[in-house]
Amino acid sequence: MEQTVSYTLDSTLETVDHAEEKATRIATELGFAEDEVMQISMAVREGAVNAVLHGNAYAPDKKVTLAFERTPEDLVITIRDQGKGIDLNGIPNPLAPENLLKTSGRGIFLMRSFMDVVEIRPSQTGTEIKLIKHVRGTPAGGKEGSQ
Amino acid sequence: MSMKLSTRQVDGVTIVDCSGRITLGEGSVMMRDTVRDLLAKGQKKIILNLGEVNYIDSSGIGELVSAFTTTKNQGGELKLLNLTKKVHDLLQITKLYTVFDVKEDETAAVKGFK
Repeated sequence: MEQTVSYTLDSTLETVDHAEEKATRIATELGFAEDEVMQISMAVREGAVNAVLHGNAYAPDKKVTLAFERTPEDLVITIRDQGKGIDLNGIPNPLAPENLLKTSGRGIFLMRSFMDVVEIRPSQTGTEIKLIKHVRGTPAGGKEGSQ
Repeated sequence: MSMKLSTRQVDGVTIVDCSGRITLGEGSVMMRDTVRDLLAKGQKKIILNLGEVNYIDSSGIGELVSAFTTTKNQGGELKLLNLTKKVHDLLQITKLYTVFDVKEDETAAVKGFK
């Protein structure tokens, strides 16, 4: 993988599947363990669902930007939509007893559960979600790097 | 792999054998329609056999919750059977494992209905 790859995608359900597939492929290529690959791909899927559904609301004229950046320490994934910006205060805690049986509202929670760092930056021109997974136990230069 | 569902009857209980992915879109819709159809036909003792479900996302989790509450609200009972590790772990971290009635043995699950 190059240092950074990015994709501009339509606001469709297919984009959600494509984003997940790309995340799985890239995380695998970078040498993450199988369970970490699953976590990364799932977090990206949830981020893409947020962008397509809640951000762009399937609008055909709005795009989702998906970028993967490899740094010596991290895999950094950025997902941007062109919606009106997520209201972070309006997201209930899905683990609260009164919310356990709600049928939605777990996407951001799952992203936070699976990634080391999750940064969400809403603005009037869209929301940017940054998902970071640390490369563990290997020297600087990449997970597959050797001594 | 997309989702596949098939139903069978065992001692008055409907077992829905699920395989593939329960995710936003087709998988979630199939799950919803199947449970609604069963309830509409009066089949209110339902087991979702998730032994071949290899992936589930937040929409799929929401669909399981919906199936559970819809069945309960109509006076029925819904149990989950044969969770894979991935689904088990997801239900653990979302604190839903103790909400659902989760079984590992089909015969015991069938006998467990009131």
